[in-house]
Amino acid sequence: MPLYHTEDQAMLADTASGFMAEEGNIAKQLRHWRDRDCKDGFGHALWKQMAEMGFTGMLLDEDDGGLGLGHVEAGIVLEEIGRNLTPSPFLTSSVLAATALKHGSADMKGRYLPGLIEGESVFAVAIDETAKHRPSRITTKAEKSGNGFRLSGSKSFVVQGASSDMIVVAARTSGSDEDEEGVTLFAVPQDAAGMTQNPVRLVDSSMASHIAFEGVELDGDAVIGEVDGGRAILNALLTAGRIGAAAEGVGVARGAMDLTIDYLKQRKQFGKLIGEFQGLQHRASHLYSEVEVARAVVIKAQQLLDAGAESAELMSSVAKAKVAKAAGLAVKEGVQMHGGIGMTDEYDIGLYMKRDRALQEFLGDAFFHAGRVAEMSGY
Amino acid sequence: MSDLETFRAQTQSWLEANCPPEMREPVRDDADVYWGGRRATFKNEAQKAWFEACVEKGYTVPAWPKEYGGAGLNAAEAKILRQEMSRIGARPPLSSFGIWMLGPALLKFGTEGQKQRFLNEIARGETRWCQGYSEPGSGSDLVSLQTYGEDKGDHWVVNGQKVWTSYADQADWIFCLVRTDKDNKYQGITFTLIDMAFEGVSTKPIKLISGNSPFCETFLDNVKVPKSYGEDIPAQVGEVNRGWDVAKYLLGHEREMISGMGGGERTAAIGASMKRLSAKTGDELDPVLRAELAMFDVDALAFTAMGEKFMDEMKAGKGHPAQPNMMKYTGTELNKRRHELMMAAGGSRSLEWESDETRGGTPARSWLRTKANSIEGGTSEIMLNVISKRILDLPGA
Ligand SMILES: Cc1cc2nc3c(=O)[nH]c(=O)nc-3n(C[C@H](O)[C@H](O)[C@H](O)COP(=O)(O)OP(=O)(O)OC[C@H]3O[C@@H](n4cnc5c(N)ncnc54)[C@H](O)[C@@H]3O)c2cc1C
Repeated sequence: MPLYHTEDQAMLADTASGFMAEEGNIAKQLRHWRDRDCKDGFGHALWKQMAEMGFTGMLLDEDDGGLGLGHVEAGIVLEEIGRNLTPSPFLTSSVLAATALKHGSADMKGRYLPGLIEGESVFAVAIDETAKHRPSRITTKAEKSGNGFRLSGSKSFVVQGASSDMIVVAARTSGSDEDEEGVTLFAVPQDAAGMTQNPVRLVDSSMASHIAFEGVELDGDAVIGEVDGGRAILNALLTAGRIGAAAEGVGVARGAMDLTIDYLKQRKQFGKLIGEFQGLQHRASHLYSEVEVARAVVIKAQQLLDAGAESAELMSSVAKAKVAKAAGLAVKEGVQMHGGIGMTDEYDIGLYMKRDRALQEFLGDAFFHAGRVAEMSGY
Repeated sequence: MSDLETFRAQTQSWLEANCPPEMREPVRDDADVYWGGRRATFKNEAQKAWFEACVEKGYTVPAWPKEYGGAGLNAAEAKILRQEMSRIGARPPLSSFGIWMLGPALLKFGTEGQKQRFLNEIARGETRWCQGYSEPGSGSDLVSLQTYGEDKGDHWVVNGQKVWTSYADQADWIFCLVRTDKDNKYQGITFTLIDMAFEGVSTKPIKLISGNSPFCETFLDNVKVPKSYGEDIPAQVGEVNRGWDVAKYLLGHEREMISGMGGGERTAAIGASMKRLSAKTGDELDPVLRAELAMFDVDALAFTAMGEKFMDEMKAGKGHPAQPNMMKYTGTELNKRRHELMMAAGGSRSLEWESDETRGGTPARSWLRTKANSIEGGTSEIMLNVISKRILDLPGA
């Protein structure tokens, strides 16, 4: 498979790019909701529109009412989301939660998928329990109770947790905190008794929630997949989510870079356009090179995942780490090359810096993933 | 089975039958690389057998048309061959500037007669070429070159000096940029093919910081260059005074080659082998070094994907025409970083300059050699200038 988009994918990219620029742009979405202190941090109307576009269920099987598309396609949408800084539940609901729900029973799919496909429902995924991503450690407990389970513990920084209709929770059903085995995934409805949400606003205006579970009673049919067999599903959704986050990161990087290169062609100092200064030209060209490499590794990872290749896991970490470095560079160089105006709230470049910072942490930063690359490579 | 799957299966069994085990070992020194040419000798039987099998099959230049000595593979087939060769660690059967640089330029700008003769000679490893671009006063600012060819009717008389001419002392022919119009900077250069056996051509090796002498000063003193080497074989590629276009096109290929994006050792991850290396001397990887290695491996593996994407896009006519400059910049800077880390992981053992354990100081010599990667074929700074101008379209670049 060549490492560029097929004709169908290129068409989707055109559509997604037009749609997001029109409906998902910074003024219409990010600033709009931010300036109104929106409790969700995103707009439900746009989510409905994304459903009409066929995006919300794109990764789901056709039998389940989805489009049966792959991660290259989801990545196309995510890149446009990144470029426009569009706040939306797409990554958590349509990529992460959807990957988990693929493993659910027919009954569970019937309960949740139509709402996702229609753009009526929003889902979250609760894995981390501290301030850093560390999915190897799961301490939230689910103990047998009657026909079901009793959930107790806490999860932190659950993206859009308080806005979600259902939360996929990774809990321990056996073994000790760091055990690979003994993890089970549960679909926990928002109205579950004993669950308290403490939402916080993050630097990029998105919302995340600290969730406490105090003896939350769950039916047996809340289990996604097998009891004690959640790790494989968790790994699958993490790989999909990391590759998705990397695609969004490429969008952020390209958006920030485009703004910056434009600025170099407009701003004059010392009687010259600042883009004429070789000191800036070289930094801009270095940035371009890094962003190109990041794009390449992301499409590579997407294709490997879609092909079911084992190396997709390694490449998901390479991609997440590489994008973190490239996008981090794009936003930092972006602000610096804008000078004072880059520090103003009115100008968009700072918004890219904020979104990048949040995406860096999401599902593991460059340090976490470089460490994983080392481990998987045997050192 | 699809055609491509059949091709892969056939390729696997062909490689199995024809690539000797010795040719699947990593390249250790210069003698392991076969460059061809009038004066070439094989290091051993395996090298000879592998080379001859590939010539026979057209696999020294797999993507060139069959009539010019290639195998006529399409992009997808060529990719499969590359993948299968890299899977078993097969060495390139033949390395040459003819393959990487002159060949692509002839394929694009050459006459049928030039292609028939020179491409076949390159494919069969009969002629070794070197590149006469740089001059003492013209490096990055190549277009200022002064070597002059005076028109004498049926021949040119060429005078001047080239420098940094890699392997000139071992080459048979030189493709040489010669000024043929002093009043016209860009449109006054002719891309000329010169037999180094002609009277007046001489070379003098220059020693590098790595202790090796792979390149030379090349002197052209009243060299009489016929305008034609036979029917439909002019001495120049492209038109007279239009050699700059050919030169630039060729530089694109040179930059791809130097970027190391073809895969293999220069883009692979190194962390795991550095851990083994330090274990050999009873050391452990320093945790901070391990972290640097991990960050490097992320960049290296990502660049491998970039190389694949670049090739796929080029073959499909997508991708920006100036992209080889980005590849060269990124690939060479990466390779320099790789060798810095390898030196650090090897510790004092890597400092040995002549010992058998280091096969004659390979780590240190290779480390020093990589410093040239971001100079030869256009410096990193020039690559960044070109990206600024041609890709980012920055003002005044
Ligand atoms: C190992 C090796 C093999 C080589 N093989 C060959 C060969 O086979 N054939 C051949 O013809 N040549 C060959 N070269 C020559 C090579 O192409 C030149 O060295 C190169 O183009 C740089 O030219 P220069 O050495 O004159 O450096 P200069 O051009 O003098 O550059 C000096 C420094 O100034 C910087 N600089 C120059 N101009 C600018 C600018 N506009 N903006 C910013 N910075 C600038 C450069 O980046 C560099 O850092 C080889 C070189 C090496 C090291």
